[in-house]
Amino acid sequence: MRFVDEYRDPVLAEKLVADIRRRVTRPWVIMEICGGQTHTLMRYGIDELLPAQVELAHGPGCPVCVTPLEIIDKAVEIAARPGVIFVSYGDMLRVPGSRTDLFQVKAEGGDVRIAYSPMEAVAIARRNPDRAVVFFAVGFETTAPANAMAVWQAKLEGLRNFSLLVSHVLVPPAIRLLLDSPLNRVQGFIAPGHVCAVMGYTEYEELAARYRIPFVVGGFEPLDLLEAIRMLVIQLEEGRADVENQYVRSVTRAGNVPARNRTLDVFEVADRKWRGIGEIADSGYRLRPEFAAFDAEKVFGVSATHADEPPECIAAQVLQGLRKPVDCPMFGNRCTPECPMGAPMVSSEGACAAYHRYRHFHTEVAA
Amino acid sequence: MASALTLACPVPLAPKDRILLGHGSGGKLSAALVNDLFLPLFRNPVLDCLEDQATLSVPGSRLAFTTDSFVVKPLFFRGGDIGSLAVHGTVNDLAMGGAEPLFLSAGFILEEGFEMEKLRRITESMAAAARDAGVLIVTGDTKVVERGGADGIFINTAGIGRVREGLSLSAANARPGDRILVSGTLGDHGITILAEREGIGFDSDLRSDSAALHRLTADMLAASTQIRCMRDPTRGGLASSLNEIAARSGVGMALNEESILIRDEVRGACEMLGLDPLYVANEGKLVAIVAPEDADAVLQAMLRNPLGRNASIAGTVTATNPGYVTIRTSFGTSRIVDMLSGDQLPRIC
Repeated sequence: MRFVDEYRDPVLAEKLVADIRRRVTRPWVIMEICGGQTHTLMRYGIDELLPAQVELAHGPGCPVCVTPLEIIDKAVEIAARPGVIFVSYGDMLRVPGSRTDLFQVKAEGGDVRIAYSPMEAVAIARRNPDRAVVFFAVGFETTAPANAMAVWQAKLEGLRNFSLLVSHVLVPPAIRLLLDSPLNRVQGFIAPGHVCAVMGYTEYEELAARYRIPFVVGGFEPLDLLEAIRMLVIQLEEGRADVENQYVRSVTRAGNVPARNRTLDVFEVADRKWRGIGEIADSGYRLRPEFAAFDAEKVFGVSATHADEPPECIAAQVLQGLRKPVDCPMFGNRCTPECPMGAPMVSSEGACAAYHRYRHFHTEVAA
Repeated sequence: MASALTLACPVPLAPKDRILLGHGSGGKLSAALVNDLFLPLFRNPVLDCLEDQATLSVPGSRLAFTTDSFVVKPLFFRGGDIGSLAVHGTVNDLAMGGAEPLFLSAGFILEEGFEMEKLRRITESMAAAARDAGVLIVTGDTKVVERGGADGIFINTAGIGRVREGLSLSAANARPGDRILVSGTLGDHGITILAEREGIGFDSDLRSDSAALHRLTADMLAASTQIRCMRDPTRGGLASSLNEIAARSGVGMALNEESILIRDEVRGACEMLGLDPLYVANEGKLVAIVAPEDADAVLQAMLRNPLGRNASIAGTVTATNPGYVTIRTSFGTSRIVDMLSGDQLPRIC
């Protein structure tokens, strides 16, 4: 199949792995930020192909995982109200808040619908003028332009029954948090390709210069990731700290300027709490004041309640690449995808869930 | 040391007080419903065999008996409709036990206001499918519920078939060394339905594979007495069927990714929607576990039948990793193919 098979060619993969082996002379820790990349690495077993000196640490880039409990609780509260149609990407429905999840709300009579795009939610609002339609706007910089466009369109059409429950987070502040930590082990980053397709990669140039650490913008297919790892190993071995772009078929240095402009027409940068990590300054988006009428938190007056994570969960360390999912005593026994105790187990893109889905018998067999 | 209380799951995802959509997915929630509710209350030696059909010994003959309900949306799709599906699904559940299907029942639950013209088309399609399969629809029932009490039409069919003396296929029979045979491309039905439901247009001739498989199974059984078990991987797909057999037989299942056929249209749709074709439903495919010495003879028999013309040996039963299905990727690495909790969910990005 075109545009897929050429990025999954086992012969080319072997060549890339051989080249990485040839070039690596000492241990390096490389982090992929994005959960989609973690998923590919696990699905194809790319970490098993790499020489032992190259260690992959899995980053905090799973939007489902890092959505705080409080926001899920608000989603549940809004979705359960009569007259509401609550629209969401599919994988948010199974994410537990502090009491319940959206699937349970649906079973109890809430009108909860799965969509592939926020524009579907706008269309639902258009067709149902007597119902309040709320879209769960979750994600990194990648999904922000479409959500911004949905609000923009709703305002243009004068739709008064459409709003967003916003939980948008940004990648660079999370990287800064990791690199400022005295415990940091990461020496090179695979920057998230789809985030950079929107944002470009000038932000990463600032990070590379400030922290003297290399970045390679990487794609999501197995060969993309192997190539990105190879480029990082070359930089690390040569002592360089540049930003390079492996994912040239999708990413330019400037990114998608119209998409970014529309995003900033509608959203402004704000502090955000990350599940498993905590509050990070200027790490997300909220709706600008002139779009307050489209802010579901304001429309429905849902109040922030504080919810605690289980104290045994090592999510914070997993999300910062300090420990691996299998290092957790709860992994695979008390904490599973059916019954997640912490953020990285809740979505298929979370590091713990990816390990559990594709790897858990390795640990059981070894035990 | 934390107390046991604080270690309890904060939010069990399979709460006991409501039915979730995931209870109908063929995954872990479905299995829990059967194991925790139906089985303990209905328990008897015939039911406890847990096959796709019950085999009943009555003096003079052995009978297979099964039932299935059909709630597909949309009612009409490329390659079939709810009527033909209701016949094929029950015929196939009988066929997987090696039975020759003989008689079906048909129960209709109709929503007030459902168009008579659609009911006629569905009934004609059922009649044609039964005729083609050589089974008789010998009893039936109709109930009408108030508008909103059902979604148009639900159909239940039950089926009775005859099982040859001495034949005993069971998901508990797989042994290390056995081969895993798959009758053709995976995911055609599920993606056809999804595409029509979501309004995703494909510029292709992808259609549901809905078909009666009893002639294919008869050909296979004629070629070998060493078939351990057969399953039609409907909801939950090949992954769920193999996980069930692995668990019941206490063996591992090692698949080879390159031996599993998936149409480009299905792969493309799965790539776009973030789905794994191993979990997507089929309605005209089977997976068989066959002793190694007979695997080739059974494969040849499958290849000669039009419904098995794309058959392949997709993997091997192993003594290692009992209870797990693994797949060897084209990169030479392997990963687990787990049972899903509920339905596959499209990912954000």
